[in-house]
Amino acid sequence: MTIRHVRLALLLLFVLLFLLPVYVLLVTSFKPLSEADPSQAWNLPRVWTTEAWAVAWEKLSPGFANSFLLAVPGSLISAALGAMNGYVLSKWRFPGSELVFTLFLFGMFIPYQGVMIPLVQLMVNLGVYGGIPGLVLAHVVYGIPICTLIFRNYYATIPDELIEASRVDGAGMLRTFASIVIPVSGPAFAVVIIWQFTSLWNDFLFAVFLTGPSSWPATVMLNNIAGAQTVPYSQQMAAAILASVPTMIIYVLLGRFFMRGLMAGALKG
Amino acid sequence: MTRVRRWLPGLLLVSPSIIAIAVFVYGMLGWNFKVALSDQHDEISPGSFVGLENFTGIWSEDRWGLSVRHAIVFTVVFVLGALMLGWLLAFLMERGIRGEGGFRAVYLFPMAVSFIATGVVWRWLLNSGTGERAVGLNGLLGYLGLDFLQWGWFRDPDWGMAAMAVPAIWQMSGYIMALFLAGFRGVPEELRESARVDGCTEWQVYRHIVLPFLRPVTLAALIILGHISLKVFDLIVAVSGKQIITDVPAIFMWTAVFDSHDPAKGATIAAYIVLSVCVFVVPYLIWNARRGDRT
Repeated sequence: MTIRHVRLALLLLFVLLFLLPVYVLLVTSFKPLSEADPSQAWNLPRVWTTEAWAVAWEKLSPGFANSFLLAVPGSLISAALGAMNGYVLSKWRFPGSELVFTLFLFGMFIPYQGVMIPLVQLMVNLGVYGGIPGLVLAHVVYGIPICTLIFRNYYATIPDELIEASRVDGAGMLRTFASIVIPVSGPAFAVVIIWQFTSLWNDFLFAVFLTGPSSWPATVMLNNIAGAQTVPYSQQMAAAILASVPTMIIYVLLGRFFMRGLMAGALKG
Repeated sequence: MTRVRRWLPGLLLVSPSIIAIAVFVYGMLGWNFKVALSDQHDEISPGSFVGLENFTGIWSEDRWGLSVRHAIVFTVVFVLGALMLGWLLAFLMERGIRGEGGFRAVYLFPMAVSFIATGVVWRWLLNSGTGERAVGLNGLLGYLGLDFLQWGWFRDPDWGMAAMAVPAIWQMSGYIMALFLAGFRGVPEELRESARVDGCTEWQVYRHIVLPFLRPVTLAALIILGHISLKVFDLIVAVSGKQIITDVPAIFMWTAVFDSHDPAKGATIAAYIVLSVCVFVVPYLIWNARRGDRT
């Protein structure tokens, strides 16, 4: 028994603890009605069935479609804005650009409750309240800070000489952006798109304040399913897993980009 | 003139975002304060300025005092818990361990899932039944012969919010682990080595060499956890809904807007949430901007 083994044993113990909720979710979702009860939470199903999954999918699928309509355009627009801002704030600065950046960053930390009441009012006045476009607008605007930050930090690693050389050759700001900067921006786009997709997909606060029943995303639908006393537990758990599938796939396949987004959230920490 | 021509295009390219942030962040915050300072207690009246009346009046409501107390208990347990667990996981891994990628993937995955989804199962696990009626985590403790650890979890009238912090810690400690791991790995090995050569014990190396390197990471982690904690909403909705026993300001605000239809009260609560976050985020941003200037 060396220190090494103790560390490994502890880490494995934590793996078990971290996976406990996943175990319960999975086994319950495959149970028939008679077994899906808290008193049998830790037991494996005696009879395995995918019945709950089929019903859960039927209930959740409209929300699924809405979530895609929300998260795909939302994350693409966010990435485009973030790239432009990050480029200017790192390579084509203007007087006061540092202050602008700091003022942007504050937007990353504000609790959205602080803007929600006026935002609802504004959306009602603009006639976009209740629909998906309004929700996309909100996510894009409040995503500007983090997207700008990720691109700015990424572009800081491009040598200034490269930009300067392009300038000397007579290329303007947009030309330089398109021909020098965009071609090397792949990783930053991946980080931002994944980050925004995940937060748009998982969002509940904006959705619950800004959308009506026909445009509820998967999170709100799931919360309604889970809140209803009449829905069997096996269906609730299957719905919870289904609602997490898209972000889990991204996490498993592209985890390293997800990580970089997380680290950017800590500013330069 | 040529200098202006040099920076003007940049400003133009960013200006849509500047306008958006000015309107949607700063404008909306200002508007929210305006509503909070008015007597707009229903959705039709225009409301007139009443000064700080709402801000002081709310303290006479029992529910407000309770929700503030809950938020404080939750914040303390969550921030310390996630910080300690995240640090411990990073500490166990920092020297490199076989299968590190796998461990990290497991500890971090809860970050990729919404609380609305995981709340479904946490509500079960944190079931309050004990003894004969023990299910969920209490049931597991019963199997393990640890019955004395069974308690009411979030239904405990005094410390229920400490139980509510458990799922939050589960979700965020992997992130804190990743931050600390990056911090640990930022300590140059030569520094540790030379301290050892000078006769320092491992503890002294940690205390005098590693710890100072972790300070900025710890600060960043505190800010992140703190601002998440003060506005906690999804988790509570998912686990217990609108029950008063787990009420926090964000839930109170939600019911003020949708159930009581009282914009002025909702805006007041929102303003308090914003102010509580600003107290430590603003100094951090200023510190961060200054640090940026130096490097």
